[in-house]
Amino acid sequence: MTRDLLLKIELLSDPKWLYVVRGAVERLAETVGFPAAECRSVVRAVDEALTNVMRHCYCGRLDQPIELSFRRLGSHSKAGKKGLEILLCDRGPAVDKSKLRPQTSSELRPGGLGLQFIREAMDSIGYKRVGHTNLLRLVKYLPSEKP
Amino acid sequence: MQISIRRVDNATIVDVSGDIDLASSPEVRKALLREVGDNRKPRVVMNLTAVRYIDSSGVASLVEGLKASRDIGSRFILVGLNGPAREVLQLSRLLKVFEIYDTELEALAARV
Repeated sequence: MTRDLLLKIELLSDPKWLYVVRGAVERLAETVGFPAAECRSVVRAVDEALTNVMRHCYCGRLDQPIELSFRRLGSHSKAGKKGLEILLCDRGPAVDKSKLRPQTSSELRPGGLGLQFIREAMDSIGYKRVGHTNLLRLVKYLPSEKP
Repeated sequence: MQISIRRVDNATIVDVSGDIDLASSPEVRKALLREVGDNRKPRVVMNLTAVRYIDSSGVASLVEGLKASRDIGSRFILVGLNGPAREVLQLSRLLKVFEIYDTELEALAARV
């Protein structure tokens, strides 16, 4: 598993670091081989996931730990497809899974878009709680791997 | 993120540059609600030409500006919607909700 690790970022839950992470993620997605539009959607998904942790898990606290890991998925992966796996870990309270479900309302209202952007960008989204840690797993396959 | 305000005739132009994300969207929201709600200008034009990135909290700020303007019967207009910002509004299915022009001149000249 370690040999597939591309990048690991540990940061505090201060929104000022979102800009830094976006820059790194954009370059990493390019390196993995995603075309420009897909790189942008990967950046959006990671940014929105981090924002959700900062806002909802840590309730705006600026000093809490967040960890991001980026791994290359090769043809040896479970799905047999190449792509990128992103793991986001936080130590906030357990996430209410009902809040992760898609929102279908078309009413014009602020908020509620972050998860939509994540769903739009990623091929797979998984959440689990391990001890006191929330683990969000995002997977995006390279376009050449999709049917 | 930088934000500045200009007055042109009976309109307010809000110039925003840089990234609108969780770190900066509260400031954008505050500025919009102040110009729309407190200063009650009949036309508030949000210039997004120099915005490189906008996230869902930034979009939420735009929506709040729009709602506040509708509440008082004024106009809230977006200008210079470039690639990244346009893409995000398209994903949000909000492109048709806003009044949008390519240039500030068009936005100021536009009649209802």
